[in-house]
Amino acid sequence: MKKIMVCLKRVVDYNVRVRVKADGTGVVTDGVKMSINPFDEIALEEALRIRERGGAAEVVVVTIGPADCQQQLRTGLAMGADRAILVEHGTELEPLAVAGLLLKLVEKEHPDLVIVGKQAIDDDCNQTGQMLAALWDRPQATFASKLEVDGDRIRVTREVDAGLEVIEADLPAVVTTDLRLNEPRYVKLPDIMKAKKKPLEILAAGSLGAALEPSLRTTGYAPPPERQKGAMVADVDALVGALRDKGFLG
Amino acid sequence: MTAKILIIAEHAGGRLNQSTARCLACASQISPGAGADVLVAGSQCGAVAAEAAALAGVAEVLVIDRAENSAPVAAVLAPQIAALATAYDYVLGPSTTFGKDLMPRVAALLRVGQVSDLMSVEGPRRFTRPVYAGNAIQSVEVPEGTRVIATVRTASFRPVAAGAAAPIRGVQVGAALPTHTRFIELRSGGGGERPDLQTARLVISGGRGVGSEANFRILYQLAGKMGAAVGASRAAVDAGFVPNDMQVGQTGKIIAPELYMAFGISGAIQHLTGIKDAGLIVAVNKDPEAPIFQIADIGLVGDLFQVIPELEKRIG
Repeated sequence: MKKIMVCLKRVVDYNVRVRVKADGTGVVTDGVKMSINPFDEIALEEALRIRERGGAAEVVVVTIGPADCQQQLRTGLAMGADRAILVEHGTELEPLAVAGLLLKLVEKEHPDLVIVGKQAIDDDCNQTGQMLAALWDRPQATFASKLEVDGDRIRVTREVDAGLEVIEADLPAVVTTDLRLNEPRYVKLPDIMKAKKKPLEILAAGSLGAALEPSLRTTGYAPPPERQKGAMVADVDALVGALRDKGFLG
Repeated sequence: MTAKILIIAEHAGGRLNQSTARCLACASQISPGAGADVLVAGSQCGAVAAEAAALAGVAEVLVIDRAENSAPVAAVLAPQIAALATAYDYVLGPSTTFGKDLMPRVAALLRVGQVSDLMSVEGPRRFTRPVYAGNAIQSVEVPEGTRVIATVRTASFRPVAAGAAAPIRGVQVGAALPTHTRFIELRSGGGGERPDLQTARLVISGGRGVGSEANFRILYQLAGKMGAAVGASRAAVDAGFVPNDMQVGQTGKIIAPELYMAFGISGAIQHLTGIKDAGLIVAVNKDPEAPIFQIADIGLVGDLFQVIPELEKRIG
């Protein structure tokens, strides 16, 4: 195939312990490390592997968000993407609006395959890939743990509640990645230097003609209810006793 | 005017998934006493429709019975659901891999946003949902006049009872169905004859500390004695000790058993997100500093390879 498009989202880093702001308007992001959404990193790794074994000519990374997202696109270029597109937009967008913008990029770029993380670790929505596939009227293969390209078709193994489901789809298609699809590579210093010279195009979200209005209204954020720390028991006898007291173990 | 609610039934192998009864519990909170319609889309799915019709709070069961629906392919199901959805104010599906795959596709066809992982109903159009792996709870409102499309976090709702008898009606929709996506096969995972992880009263779970696929046998034995399902942490699945469908946690299964016993699981936040609704959490770990002890109701610092055989003997 000619082209794979990978969609990245800039999110609070996986290792940050997220806290809700005191006024409940959001979570604390000031001075917090930002990274590529880990599922999207897996998406990019998969695209690069397909290209490296000769299955694709070009890998384009795209993101939607503020100017700062260029950092994550540069990381994507350092991992090995050929070029990048930033659709610049200052405020938070819902997945449907993101999917609408991605559709505009798809219509411009004509990728054979779009790979995106199954969910972003900030809003945990798990919607964008499916929505893009719907708007594009193309197949979706979500929660992929294995992706095989065979000419103009793909065969995808999906992690589902009942086990592993295998589906086949015609290209172009949208694949969303699960955790066990691959282990993303580390970026090496020379690659970071090289990435600075790779093309990064910037488009204004408003110029693409997609609907950006939200459907939902977020009214606040709260910390989760805490589970109280319980009691420690000294040995198995005490454990069995405690379980019996609670009505378990007959 | 009462709100009209449509619930998308999840089913496999001629059996209704319990997630449907949990979605009905959510619907009854959105519109108490009104009843919801349930859509069974399948092929030769009469038994599933009958099971759905027996659930409390069902107004009517709609059945789309056609060969194309023999496997749940989102691209095939979504246009059929979208065609029916225009007659409803709410369309709810379960936040299982079935619903997570399908519902956003339905929402996009209807050009409306989706509320993912709805965990509580604060008002007919006000809901909460977990974000940041459960580190924050977001409150969202769907404005009047906007159709509500949501996936229901099944662990947050107790299934409604069976014993009713709602009418069943076959429906036909004119939507054109794509052939670009084809189901090949389902390889079922590690559950075997044990109780289903998502609906079991008792769950025994193992982590990296179990050490190997072979060592998991002692958990299966204990589970067998107790009639428990067996789960695992992501670390245990990644290490290849058990198949993916046993993973409990944010990206695996979110469960709410009455008793959850974690052996050799340190308790990463993503794992804890998956068990927060359990009735009683028991943790056994060698490391007294393991984060799981911070949320466990009963903790025991010890070697699981000594604790489990002793437990088994006591239960005997």
